[in-house]
Amino acid sequence: MSAPTMDAPHSAALDAAENGASQLITVTLRIRRFNPEEHPDPVWVDYQLLMDPKERVLDALNKVKWEQDGTLTYRRSCAHGICGSDAMRINGRNRLACKTLLKDVNPEKPITIEAIKGLTVLKDLVVDMDPFFQAYKDVMPFLITKGNEPTRERLQSAEDRERFDDTTKCILCAACTSSCPVFWNDGQYFGPAAIVNAHRFIFDSRDEGAEQRLEILNDREGVWRCRTTFNCSEACPRGIEVTKAIQEVKRALVTRRF
Amino acid sequence: MSTDTTDLELVASSQAHTGKGLGTGNPADAFVIEPPRVRTKKTPRRTRTNFEMLAWLFMRLSGIVLVVLILGHLIIMLTLDGGVSKINFAFVAGRWASPFWQGWDLLMLWLAMLHGANGMRTVINDYAEKDSTRMWLKGLMGAATVFTVLLGTLVIFTFDPNI
Repeated sequence: MSAPTMDAPHSAALDAAENGASQLITVTLRIRRFNPEEHPDPVWVDYQLLMDPKERVLDALNKVKWEQDGTLTYRRSCAHGICGSDAMRINGRNRLACKTLLKDVNPEKPITIEAIKGLTVLKDLVVDMDPFFQAYKDVMPFLITKGNEPTRERLQSAEDRERFDDTTKCILCAACTSSCPVFWNDGQYFGPAAIVNAHRFIFDSRDEGAEQRLEILNDREGVWRCRTTFNCSEACPRGIEVTKAIQEVKRALVTRRF
Repeated sequence: MSTDTTDLELVASSQAHTGKGLGTGNPADAFVIEPPRVRTKKTPRRTRTNFEMLAWLFMRLSGIVLVVLILGHLIIMLTLDGGVSKINFAFVAGRWASPFWQGWDLLMLWLAMLHGANGMRTVINDYAEKDSTRMWLKGLMGAATVFTVLLGTLVIFTFDPNI
């Protein structure tokens, strides 16, 4: 159709892409390092990097690990916000490093990065996740049914599926549980993530184990310890309305017991 | 390579793989940063009571009632009919001659004390790290609550204006 010899259109975006080097800014990562082999106390260490502000915090961490200090330790796996490995406390808030862009965490100032709170720190940004998964297992996050297995799939209406849709999004990154002040003080509390995953089955019309799960969450360390500070809802990288889910479990308990 | 380094490496790798060495009293414990109270290896046995739910519900319901009771009490005591200056023995005796005000004050006493004690119980559960500390604090608070509630109830019912 049009002449292929036309000049390439000039746009600001293209110019910027051509001299990409000018887009780079100096970013300071202030990481709370803890190496038990070296020192029993954690230290804050600054790393200066030349980064594109549109890159993610995880890219910055990778750059530190690959180019500056190979001893920096953190978990990451898929790097696309679905495996839930790289939850960390960035500028005082729990986020996934792979879903946080540098430009969104004010790269003019040093970006503080530390391990999530409330769980035992093993090294640098790596925490012991065992207690977290123990609480998760305790709420029996699997389908419980009675009677014979049907010969075909268990059908469910769209409305019934919608009922617990929000809580199916959980990736078990522990951002919510480790942002909960009740959990910080008392690791025995089941924590938002376990309750979210209990909610996912309690309100599933195909599941018949709701009463057992409610019984577990009715106990001392269950939903009644939640005091709705909304830290969990704010921290959730998947946008789950965590506090709402917890309140729904509370309501289910109250209405079933009376 | 010194033997020293090897030791430390062993410690680190055993922690990473088993999660053991956390709070077990072995020397490797110094090498991790623990939160105030870690989850116990075994989940505690369930109590199977509705106590926590009832306590939570009581908090909400008593709170609503207390708003009315306490605001009413404050308005009567502090603003109506000349404010605080009117309060003396005769004023209190006059109020408690009526069963309505007796009931009001009794209800306010019970609800406020139990509401406050329940709130303190939550705070103690949160901040006491050792089981023994928690038990003592709760015991003290329970005793103080029972004492205040009983003493107040006794006074309301046995109050004699001709004392």
